[in-house]
Amino acid sequence: MHLMYFTEQPMSAYDEHAAEEGVTALLFSNSNFDPVAGSQLYNDRLTEYKLAEEVGVDGIMLNEHHNAPFCMQAKCNIWASVLAGATERVKIVLLGNPLPLADNPIRLAEELAMIDMISGGRLVSGFVRGGGTEQLATGVNPAYNRERFEEAHDLIVEAWTRPGPFRWEGRHYQHRVVNPWALPMQQPHPRIWIPGVLSRETVVWAAKHRYPYIALNTTIEATKRIWQTYDEAAHEVGYDPGPENRGYLLRVHVADTTEKAMQNASQFMWMQGEFTGLAHPVWSNPAGYASPRNREALVEVMNGRRPPPRAQSFDNQIENMQIIAGTPDECIRKLRTILEETRPGILALWGNDGRVTHEDSMRCIELLGTEVMPALRDMGAELDLDGPFDSNPPVSINYDEAAKARAASAAAASGD
Amino acid sequence: MSNGYTESTIEVAGLPIEVRRGGDGPSVLVIHHETGNPGWLEFHDALSAQRDVILPTLPGWDGTERGDWMRSVRDIAAVCSLLLDELGVGDATVVGLGFGGYIAAEMATANQSRLSGLVLVNAMGIQPEDGEIRDQFLEAHADYVKSCFADPANFTALYGEEVSTEQLVAWDANREMTARTAWKPFLYSQTLPHLLPNVKTPTRIVRGTGDTVVPATAANQYVALLGDAELIEIAGGHNLESDAPEALAEAIVAS
Repeated sequence: MHLMYFTEQPMSAYDEHAAEEGVTALLFSNSNFDPVAGSQLYNDRLTEYKLAEEVGVDGIMLNEHHNAPFCMQAKCNIWASVLAGATERVKIVLLGNPLPLADNPIRLAEELAMIDMISGGRLVSGFVRGGGTEQLATGVNPAYNRERFEEAHDLIVEAWTRPGPFRWEGRHYQHRVVNPWALPMQQPHPRIWIPGVLSRETVVWAAKHRYPYIALNTTIEATKRIWQTYDEAAHEVGYDPGPENRGYLLRVHVADTTEKAMQNASQFMWMQGEFTGLAHPVWSNPAGYASPRNREALVEVMNGRRPPPRAQSFDNQIENMQIIAGTPDECIRKLRTILEETRPGILALWGNDGRVTHEDSMRCIELLGTEVMPALRDMGAELDLDGPFDSNPPVSINYDEAAKARAASAAAASGD
Repeated sequence: MSNGYTESTIEVAGLPIEVRRGGDGPSVLVIHHETGNPGWLEFHDALSAQRDVILPTLPGWDGTERGDWMRSVRDIAAVCSLLLDELGVGDATVVGLGFGGYIAAEMATANQSRLSGLVLVNAMGIQPEDGEIRDQFLEAHADYVKSCFADPANFTALYGEEVSTEQLVAWDANREMTARTAWKPFLYSQTLPHLLPNVKTPTRIVRGTGDTVVPATAANQYVALLGDAELIEIAGGHNLESDAPEALAEAIVAS
């Protein structure tokens, strides 16, 4: 198994009353942002990440969001660069760079190659479409989100793997000279993982590229449905997916006592449990961003015809194990159920959120690394939950000759 | 009482364009708002009493087929111009409502020789010197469309007490078309102000005194850019064709 530590890096240093109007995303004024407190929080996170490496986590998962206090990372490549120098062993897992936001994917390819080289080949380069509010926060056209995601991905992989100079004349990106003087250390290129929560199209896209899909905080049942969709798409392109294709992000807070753990875990609800902040549903789904299949349901939510699908109560999420909290032993018991039910080869433990103190975050990380993760590794071995760094599958379908041969043979048999 | 109109589908640039047409007299092409084409209204009826009114539904709007290639307002203007060719209309007065005004202005700069008149009604298309064109992407569809009417009763008359889900879906798809063609800069062109001074077509700039979508200064700027343009103010909101159908039709016929 590949076991990661994650935090959204909440910007908790603002007056709670400031958010009383019910909005904590996009238009929530940055006059509430305190850079002095921000400096302290960033440096607390760095101390925590270094501890995570010391206590044995396999990877540190980073992400990126904009205009919202639920996440202080405005650019995940910045944190990845810091960790490339400040850590020695952990994988640096970006989940990930929001590709449609990039006007110059070549520059992203260069940044990622530099991070890979500086870290000595420890980069996992995840890519995302970015949330709906992200498009508005960065002025990017939501109607072309998926086109830009796919083309930027293609261009980055090409820039990493095809000797330059060459020319790129795409729909959204035109570069007459592609010849970056920075290439990734890992060959043929760093592993690409795709996180997500909602979009069926993205699950299918990831499966068809043979990229692991990381289900973000979904329920056990929803996660199983995602694997079903993923598996069907994988079979179409000629391979049999396993735990190395499946990742799961779960909120898990560990403390020395149950009471303390539950108290801190309640901070996962700090924005009513909306882990991308509280936003008007119109901002979350700007026209053209979501699949047309969902348009009818979305317009009813956006126009107040039905309530937005808000997070379940804390008690319910504890009950259905979307949030796990307790002493190490209590958490290990519940995590066994998670592993048995969802069978991920990649597991990200989201330890701390909201206003959990630095001290408590450090203790949580220590207990995760020294007690919970060793038990998970044993369970992973027992349940055959190999991650990508155990079984070393091809980094993408392009490098899976057996799958390509099977797909070609199946196509020939069906007369395509 | 309706003077009646016919419906046809005309292929332009590989796209089936739905066209409503009614009335007699000099041809008038009416280009609808970015929120869509609600059909043949009292306004079109009033206008068709003295004019041959051509009302296309822009391709991609209101459930019609969109061209994936169509990604700018200038593309839409080209489609509208080619539509007149396909209809055999030699010259026409072009009336643009709001976003349609942006398209009409683009048509005029591309080929003014075919325009016998130009009427820009609460037109988008140029960056207001004071204020901003309202950002509909920050508000719910029904709230935005309601804001286009000075008299809420006119909104209700068109869309009912409770807007249908089907209409909400159409507004969202129309909003997507707006994003596809006019996202950045949002609903205006940086080049139109340089091109408009050469347009010699007789032009009327119509401003609804209660328009909350396009700032009032935009109309003044259009007047300044189009040397001989006449500014007409009519009481009503952004959707003047609903708030003041008779007055707007009269302003067009008098042009």
